[in-house]
Amino acid sequence: MHIPDGFLSPSVALPLWGVSAGVSGYALRRVSRELTERETPIIGVVAAGIFAAQMLNFPIAGGTSGHLIGTALATLLFGPWVAILILTCVLSIQALVFQDGGLIALGANIFNMGILGALVAYAVDQTLRGLFGGRRGARSAAAFLAGWAAVVMGALATGLELALSGLVPAHVVLPAMGGIHALIGAVEGLITMSAVAFLATVRRELVAERPVAGRVPLWIAGLAMTLILTLLAPIASSDPDGLERVAKDLGFLQAARRSPLSLLPDYAIPGLPNPALATILAGILGALLVFGLVMALWLGRRARRSEKASR
Amino acid sequence: MTHFHFHDPYQPLDSPVHRLDPRVKLVLALGFILTATLLPAGAWLSYALMGAAAWIGAHLSGLGIRRVLRRSMLALPFVLAALPVVFTAPGPSWLTFPLGPWLVSVRGEGVIRFLSVLLKSWLSLQIAVILVGTTAFPDLLMAMRAIGVPRFLVMTFGLMWRYLFLLVDEAIRMLRAREARSVAPEIPGRRVGGTLAWRARVTGRMVGTLFLRTLERGERIYMAMVARGYDGEVRMLSMPSLSYRDLAPLIGGLLFLLGALLLGWMF
Repeated sequence: MHIPDGFLSPSVALPLWGVSAGVSGYALRRVSRELTERETPIIGVVAAGIFAAQMLNFPIAGGTSGHLIGTALATLLFGPWVAILILTCVLSIQALVFQDGGLIALGANIFNMGILGALVAYAVDQTLRGLFGGRRGARSAAAFLAGWAAVVMGALATGLELALSGLVPAHVVLPAMGGIHALIGAVEGLITMSAVAFLATVRRELVAERPVAGRVPLWIAGLAMTLILTLLAPIASSDPDGLERVAKDLGFLQAARRSPLSLLPDYAIPGLPNPALATILAGILGALLVFGLVMALWLGRRARRSEKASR
Repeated sequence: MTHFHFHDPYQPLDSPVHRLDPRVKLVLALGFILTATLLPAGAWLSYALMGAAAWIGAHLSGLGIRRVLRRSMLALPFVLAALPVVFTAPGPSWLTFPLGPWLVSVRGEGVIRFLSVLLKSWLSLQIAVILVGTTAFPDLLMAMRAIGVPRFLVMTFGLMWRYLFLLVDEAIRMLRAREARSVAPEIPGRRVGGTLAWRARVTGRMVGTLFLRTLERGERIYMAMVARGYDGEVRMLSMPSLSYRDLAPLIGGLLFLLGALLLGWMF
């Protein structure tokens, strides 16, 4: 998933450089404010450890083997900001010294595997543990899905960037990247899950200290989900799903189009001439709706729980 | 095992490129890659000029063109990701042939774009190989600080580099230990051991173990740093000023890159 130099067009690579530099810089400020001086040098050593852990592989089938990327594991153990910082270090050294990924493409690589991965892993973990509490099964499921989602979303972002660079059409690259990485992500999820379970047994305080956090991180979680669905929106729009196919075959698609009840007909917002922009906006709106629903569910559960506690 | 090329790529030789100030080398390498990124598709003359510059650099550095070429092949498998453009680009088709049930046509515009991506990424890789082959890591850190990378990040890079090879060795030892305790299949490729989930669990525990060892090592390192007077401040040596001997290649190189860029956009 490391994009080399030369593949991304400047209009994709350079803005992502800016975004990654900004977010990593913010993470840097936050981390150096929040961590005690004791923990700061440890970040460098842990980054080297993640680098080394990427070598631990296991055979899958037919000569292929799977290994860890580590974004989700770092996020679950240290929180998203430290994880972003660690992954920024790992990816920078990989690009600069080992030519694993390009230097101008570094911004995109940090965005896909570091920032997006950490936020997605964090959002999935927080949401699942918020909904189902701190039981062991919930923790394992959250770790698995966090690892899986971080990889798949990173792959979709990579595909989208390649498509935006005019290299491969979105309807080819997005299903291909998503499909392959749905399997690779399962490996990441399994390793992350068992590593977290192992650490919970031998060093309980490392895992147990992760509380389900309050509002601002939840907002971050929401942002991450927004991004997820924004990325998925182009697939939905370019690949007509089963229902639409049926509707087209039966000939009532024209009627449905004119329905005043359909708020965002075919993911395009009326009045916006650019279909790509409209698709992305529609994706964000849809994501906000889903996020609001999850949030309401979570708040409801919390209110019930505190009611129970006060009784 | 795919990622086993982890050794310091620096080659301690004596050459004009080695003696060049690391700040100049870093800026020129970044400028070179940025120029390659900014060039339009099909700017063959500019690609050729930049390729010649990279080869002259490889020759002057004493690394040798062959070594640079060999190392720059490592990332080329990614080129497969760009292959579809040959068939999907707009424009007239050069050649149409049946592939199973489909008719596939090779498009001229697509071939140009594909070759351009190939050349651009190859040029960028060569210059990156030359940069790390001729610059020791501590010098790279100094150059990074000079171009404005935050101090904390530079310090973290430094710490990471110091323990990277140690921890990679630790990981390799764990892999060897697992191999020594496992049976190997008589027929290659045949599955031995438990299910996929079981194997992933074993690997997950190895990751957890490595992680714990890393963390404990980090704590010991911190203690050792405190014992030697570390107080949370990052202090670094001041940088020497650039001499005229270094400024001339810097300005000359930047002008060359600008020229290649203008040439690429005008013709």
